[in-house]
Parts: sequence; C-alpha cells; structure tokens
Amino acid sequence: MNHNILRKGLLAAALAVPGSAMAADVIQGAEKQATNWTAITMFAAFVLATLYITKWAAAKTKSAADFYTAGGGITGFQNGLAIAGDYMSAASFLGISAAVMISGYDGLIYSIGFLVGWPILTFLMAERLRNLGRFTFADVAAFRFAQTPVRIFAASGTLVVVAFYLIAQMVGAGSLIQLLFGLDYWIAVVIVGALMMIYVLFGGMTATTWVQIIKACLLLGGASFMSFMVMWHYGFSPEAMFADAVRVKAELATAGGKTAEEAAVAGQSIMGPGTFIKDPISAISFGMALMFGTAGLPHILMRFFTVPSAKEARKSVMWATGWIGYFYLLTFIIGFGAITFVLTNPEFLDGSGALVGGSNMAAVHLAQAVGGNVFLGFISAVAFATILAVVAGLTLSGASAVSHDLYATVIKNGNPAPGSELRVSRITTLVLGLVAVVLGIAFKNQNIAFMVSLAFAVAASANFPVLFMSVLWKDCTTKGAVTGGFLGLISSVVLTILSPSVWEATLGNPAGSAPFPYTSPALFSMTLAFLGIWIVSKMDNGARARIDRAGYLAQQVRSETGIGASEASSH
Amino acid sequence: MQDNLAERIAADPNYQSLKAKRSRYGWILTIAMLIVYYGYILLIAFDKEMLAARIGDGVMTWGIPLGFGVIIFTIIITGVYVRRANGEFDELSEKVRREALK
Repeated sequence: MNHNILRKGLLAAALAVPGSAMAADVIQGAEKQATNWTAITMFAAFVLATLYITKWAAAKTKSAADFYTAGGGITGFQNGLAIAGDYMSAASFLGISAAVMISGYDGLIYSIGFLVGWPILTFLMAERLRNLGRFTFADVAAFRFAQTPVRIFAASGTLVVVAFYLIAQMVGAGSLIQLLFGLDYWIAVVIVGALMMIYVLFGGMTATTWVQIIKACLLLGGASFMSFMVMWHYGFSPEAMFADAVRVKAELATAGGKTAEEAAVAGQSIMGPGTFIKDPISAISFGMALMFGTAGLPHILMRFFTVPSAKEARKSVMWATGWIGYFYLLTFIIGFGAITFVLTNPEFLDGSGALVGGSNMAAVHLAQAVGGNVFLGFISAVAFATILAVVAGLTLSGASAVSHDLYATVIKNGNPAPGSELRVSRITTLVLGLVAVVLGIAFKNQNIAFMVSLAFAVAASANFPVLFMSVLWKDCTTKGAVTGGFLGLISSVVLTILSPSVWEATLGNPAGSAPFPYTSPALFSMTLAFLGIWIVSKMDNGARARIDRAGYLAQQVRSETGIGASEASSH
Repeated sequence: MQDNLAERIAADPNYQSLKAKRSRYGWILTIAMLIVYYGYILLIAFDKEMLAARIGDGVMTWGIPLGFGVIIFTIIITGVYVRRANGEFDELSEKVRREALK
C-alpha cells in the first residue's frame, strides 16, 4: 500500500545517508537499468556537436601554447562558464541534490563549502597567476626558484590530485551510465575514456574549453528549468515548498512507525542543520580543504592561462563564482522538489521501496516528474556530458604537468626540440586516458567516497601553500617550498588513509578504530606545509637561497603589473 | 624582464600606491570572507538550535536565509573586488606600464 511504500522509501533514504561527509560528491554502486534510447540519442547529438567542435579546434591547435591554453584567446565570460563547467561535476549535481533530498539543510552547508574558495582565489591569486604563469601553475610556483625540484614537486601535486579526481569521475561515469542509459559499466568507462582522448589529443585546450562551455550551458539550463517547474508548482512561494516538504517528511516518519510528535520533529529537521557538522575541528578542517583546495586544483588554475589579460582573468572568476553559486541555489530547490515530487510517487520507488537506482537518482527522477520522458533523456545526457567534460579537463592538466613541467623543463632544461613538447603531451594524454579507463574498471564497486575529498585536501595542503608563499613571501626559498610542499602532500594523503572514511569505510576496520578521528586532514596538513615552508626557508642561507630572495622584486613587479607577461601570452 | 626595469618600476610612486591599495583591499575582503564562512560554520558547530529556530508561524527557519545569504555574499564580494580591480586598479596599472615602457 501507499503507506508501506512510503515507509520503505524512508528507510532506504535513511540507509543511503552519506556515511562520509564527501560521499555526496561521488556516484557509485548503482544497478543497471533498462536501455534508455531517448537519453542515448540526445547524448549522441551532444557527442556529434562536440566532435565537430574538436575538428574545428584541431585546425587551430598547432603549437604547445594552443594545446595548453587555447592560444590565450578565450574571453573572460567564456572562461567563467568553462571554469564553472569544470567545477559542476555530475557528482555534485546528482550528489548534492540527493543529499538535500535526504537530509535537507545539511546539503546546503555542504555546497556552500565548495563556493567560498572562489573569492579567496580572486582576491589573492587570480591576477598574479595570470601575470606570472604560462601553461601550468608550476610556472608560477617555480618563477624565481631552482626549476627542477619545484617542478618535480608541482608535477607530483598535480598528478596526485588529477589521479584521485579522475578515478572518482570514471567510477561515477560507469555507475551513472549503467543507471541512466542501461549500458554496461565497462562500456561507459571505455566511451568516456575514448571520447575524452579524442577531444584532448586533437582539440587540446580549445576543444576542452568549448565542450565545457556547452555542457555548462546545458546543465545550467536543465537545472534552471527543473527549479522553475518546482517553484511554479508552489506559486513561487518558498514557504509553500518548504511546508510541503516538511509535511512529506513527517508523513514518511509516521509511516515508519513514529508517534505524531516525533514525526513533526523529523519533518521540521530538514529545515535546520543535522548531523553533517559534528565537532568544530572537523568542521573547520573540512571547510579549509574545500576553501583552499579550490585555489590549488591544477585543472582550475590552468584555466587562468587561457585568457589574454589579468582583467579577463578576474572577469572569469567573477562569472564562475556567479554561475556556481546560482547552480548551488538550484540544487537546493531541486533537492526539495525531489522530496515532494519523487519521494511521494510510487512510480519512482522500486519493489523494496527504495528510490529506483539509489538516492543519487533524485534529480533524474525529478526531471521525469516535471518534464516527462524527453526531459529525463535530456538530463541523463547532460549528466554523461558533464563527466566527459570534467575528465577531459583533468587529463589535459595532468598531460601539461608531464610534458611542460617534467619533460620540457626538467629533462630538457627548458629547451625541448621543436614540436617534441606537444608530442609528449599527446602521448601522455593517451597514457592517462588508458590509465583512467583501467583504474575506472579496477575501482568498480570500491568505496571511493574519500577520493574527491582527498583531491581537495592535497590541493589545499600541497599546491596552495607553495603557490601562496612563493608569490607573496619574499623570503621563501626553493628548499623551503619543496620541503613544505612535500610535507603537505604526504601528510594529507597519510592522514586521509588514517581517517574514518578510508580506515573504516574502505579498509574495513571496526568503527571508531581510525587513528585520525577527523573528517578532513586539511587543518593539520596545511599547517604542516606552511610551517615547513617557513622554517626551512628561514634556516636556508645557501647560495641558491640568495638567488631565490633576490628574484623576488622582479617577480613581484611582474605579478602586480603584468609587465613582461605580455610576451608570454602573445603566443 | 631586466632587473633595472623592475627596480625602476618598483620606485614609481604609482606602482607603490597600486601595490599598497590593491593588496590592502584584497586582504580586507579575504578576511571578510573568512569571517563570514567560518562564522557560519562555527555557528552550526556550536548553536544548531539557533539556525533551526523558526522565523514566523511557518516552517521557515533562520538557517535558510542565512545559508542563502552566505552564497549571495560570496557572489557579491567577488563582484565588488573585480569591479574596483578592473576599474581603478587597472587604470593605475596602465599608468605604471606607460611610465615604465616609455
């Protein structure tokens, strides 16, 4: 009966509450569904359009600069959309709306964490990155330092972040696609790997950027439409929507055997913070990982080199922040819409009463509820396109780290044979694509909820401190930057392994046995990195340290004014 | 860039004023953002009841406008910085550039 279904739905929803704080950003463990031809047709249309763009981009991609940065010819508005596209992954669209559907307000707290890093990046880094860098963030971090050690560090930081982020995306792609399209897991992973290689290999940054822009527009358009339909249903009254959601949650609790009083409390509980933030240390540490991780993600930092000037770089982040903030407001409405449209509709609940395909399907079912089968197909296609675009951006940034930082600068001392750097980046793209496919298949059904959180923690603890100190602190030296950077990198990885999300959830140790009890290592690993850089730099009085410090004035003048940077960008 | 050019620019009063003003502004806004976000997080950590308290007779709680407020604040503060940097600071920067390269 209806109540029975509702009760089972509630139980399933309760079981699906993310165990780790970051689980909402990862899609996994879905069952295969019936083949969805509408979705596949729409996705095919997207692929055809993007392949056409890749062909056009390939004709323009001749030099290494074209490959890495689209020749610096992207406008601020376009780049803002592309950055937003990089950041709005399928997992954050489906995961955050699912988290809102399950626990209400906690989903909002979670998404806010992802937004607040952008102003910091704008105020302190954006312009300086643009003025100092050419292709990778290592150009900036190593500007006045000995190239080899700093580049090796930066490439390590980049590859670790890219690897974890990539695995999460590939596993998400496989799970999502068998769910949305009814294709096998491995087919989905291979399709993502193959298409991504085509975009990056032939179209480089130009194709990757346009794929990202198209996807961002489709995703924002689709999410806007869903939110509009939900709000329209409630006469554009938030109070009416929230009241209805509270009523649904209370009814589900009643059906689950709660007394009227308990049910009323359970209903109202979605309107305030729940269990997501436990202790203040976890809260602050997790907030730091998200906030400063944003300013250390290599595939995001790389985007600052695709615009022609500091002015355009600032416009990019302004647009990106606006779009991402708007997107998180939409996911909140979508999550509440899912409570009232999806959790109440037996059509979306399977035999055991759970949401068909798991709670990550909240937004997808809502698409069907408000827009019918065609719109369901559209949202499914957009979700796949989203993964594809994010994977392409990640691969490009990993390939740049290998070819520009390791090959051209470290191995060839900055003088690679003409054309060889571009060749190496294409070979690396192929290798990364294959590795991503293999890892995507290897990690099938593994608990990978920690991977995105680890990527942010490493970005915040290794890449960000080195970038920050090298640009803003005169006395920073090569030795200090490399020591502190590796301290942050190693400590963030080790502490994550010792934290409950890996130690207990992935490695299967008993609950409560994790040696490191907090959600995120960032508070500790970031502190360690900054202390490492500071102490080692202070004690460093070698000949190299004198060169490092003497180089600060010229670096600062260029980072503030961009004088000298124009040559770098006039590719 | 030659070091003497860097030194010449560094001695330019326009450059010094640009550097001082922009860095001050950037840091003030950074601190404002840190206070708003960590204030919000600490409020959740220490006083969940306050955010879960209803505003009026309906189901609306203080947490909703506050959470949305943090999002809007983040967007606005970014816009505020970019507006001044792309206007006033870029004009100063252009002056420095003309002076340095003439």
